[in-house]
Amino acid sequence: MAVIRDMIPPFELYQPAGVDDAVRLMDEHGSEGWVLAGGLDTFDWFKDRIKRPAAVIDLGGVEEIRGIAGGTDGGLDIGAMTSLTDVAEHADVQSRYPLLADAAGLVATPQIRNQGTLGGNIVQDTRCWYYRSGWPCYRAGGNICYAATRRSMNREHCIVGADRCVAVNPSDTAPALVALDAEMVVVSTSGERTYPAADFFIGPDIDIERMTVLEPGDLLTRIVLPAPWDGARWYFEKIRDRKSWDFSLVSVASMISVQGGVIQDARIVVNSIAPYPVRMGAVEAAIRGREPSDETGRMAGEIAVEDARALRHNDYKIALTRNLVRRSIRDAA
Amino acid sequence: MLQPEVIQSRRGGFTRRKFIKGVIAAGATASAAGYLFRGSGVLTPMLSAQDAVERLITLNVNGQQRRVDVPKHETLAMTLRYQLGLTGTKLGCDRAECGACTVLLDGVTHYGCSILTHSVAGREVTTIEGLEQDGELHPVQQAVIDEGGFQCAFCAPGFVMSMVGMLDRNPAPTREEAAVLLSGNLCRCGDYDKILNTAMRAAELSRSRA
Repeated sequence: MAVIRDMIPPFELYQPAGVDDAVRLMDEHGSEGWVLAGGLDTFDWFKDRIKRPAAVIDLGGVEEIRGIAGGTDGGLDIGAMTSLTDVAEHADVQSRYPLLADAAGLVATPQIRNQGTLGGNIVQDTRCWYYRSGWPCYRAGGNICYAATRRSMNREHCIVGADRCVAVNPSDTAPALVALDAEMVVVSTSGERTYPAADFFIGPDIDIERMTVLEPGDLLTRIVLPAPWDGARWYFEKIRDRKSWDFSLVSVASMISVQGGVIQDARIVVNSIAPYPVRMGAVEAAIRGREPSDETGRMAGEIAVEDARALRHNDYKIALTRNLVRRSIRDAA
Repeated sequence: MLQPEVIQSRRGGFTRRKFIKGVIAAGATASAAGYLFRGSGVLTPMLSAQDAVERLITLNVNGQQRRVDVPKHETLAMTLRYQLGLTGTKLGCDRAECGACTVLLDGVTHYGCSILTHSVAGREVTTIEGLEQDGELHPVQQAVIDEGGFQCAFCAPGFVMSMVGMLDRNPAPTREEAAVLLSGNLCRCGDYDKILNTAMRAAELSRSRA
């Protein structure tokens, strides 16, 4: 397949100054429109000439959705266009939501965090390299998965949640936001809707061509964090090949409430093992009422991988998931 | 997870159907346009583009106002190199994966290969050509000379810009902090030890000048 690379095909460019103008333009252009935030996901698609939208809507000038403000009930309200650096270095995020500060601070590189936005990190497309190379797979509207054949290179692909497509969600901030029970605020010309983070990300069983509930015309505008649990313990870890640039092979985010030496409540989320961040409900139920010890962690790790099924080259992800879930309970601080 | 049926209703039909409808609509538009604007099909896209940006923009590069005619799909690194002649900014991978094109936007490091030129109109762009002030080298440039910081030096302009951005945020980094702050640049010669020597020397020099 001959692909001419690195020459972006021409498009019409729009720079709306507000959310209203942005969603109007998105509505006007429908599936021919492309929303540009930081652009780190976008330009690969354009340079490979795989996505060729007629109109690009650059949100760089939409100041109303950039920045962090105190939310209601002691929460925090983060504009989708806030850079990952600003999220990671914000005093309130660092002191009250260290889980999110850690996750945002571990994305890619300093330059990418300076330009990449929280909203973009959340809604980014999967990195399955068959799909990103323009192969006509299920996710691209075709009827085959090139990553799940006997000869496929599928080291980065999923161990749970597969349904024809075996691609994974690559976001670092997504599992943190699910663990924090954040709310995603979505605006379109028909108004505003909110989704709990756990429902915002969807698997191929719901729609094989999308990673989130967003449809053409929908804009993620704000991420609303509820007040964290009193005295919550946190854990975030991202495993990747290099300590810079790389997407996670497996990442874990946990928020645990411990009282009287036993776990009262927990939210444990693992990403890059499924097409969506996986909330470990069975693990959470099993560890309630137990000490946050290595023994509890070990048991939790076993439960976490009960439904996991490896592809040919990714069984290491089962061991990683087991160990990361164990650490996320034992070492949460 | 939301219930599948809820999602189904939000989907508004299947993609293939959308695709077929799209083809029919596009065909109808194209033939109507051919009829109405015989020989001037370009008019059709322009009519729907009334809110689009102008190609002619003013860029603030290294303190100078530069008027440039920029295609809307052009990246900043391309404009700097091929329209403004500022070839100090290098293109390595053109994929935000090497850091050779690092420039400062309002003092903050960005990959020039991965941002549209139109997105930086109104912002202060600083390239390596803009570091020298009144014939005096920037402390980071002086440190490169003092330490012999690079081997082939193709990555040098990007690293230098990252060091400038780093010192702005953290004037006294430890060697470990510097390594993290410079982790968005690659050196294929593997000369990282000398590059970090350079970064530490640059921090020293800029503190003594301040």
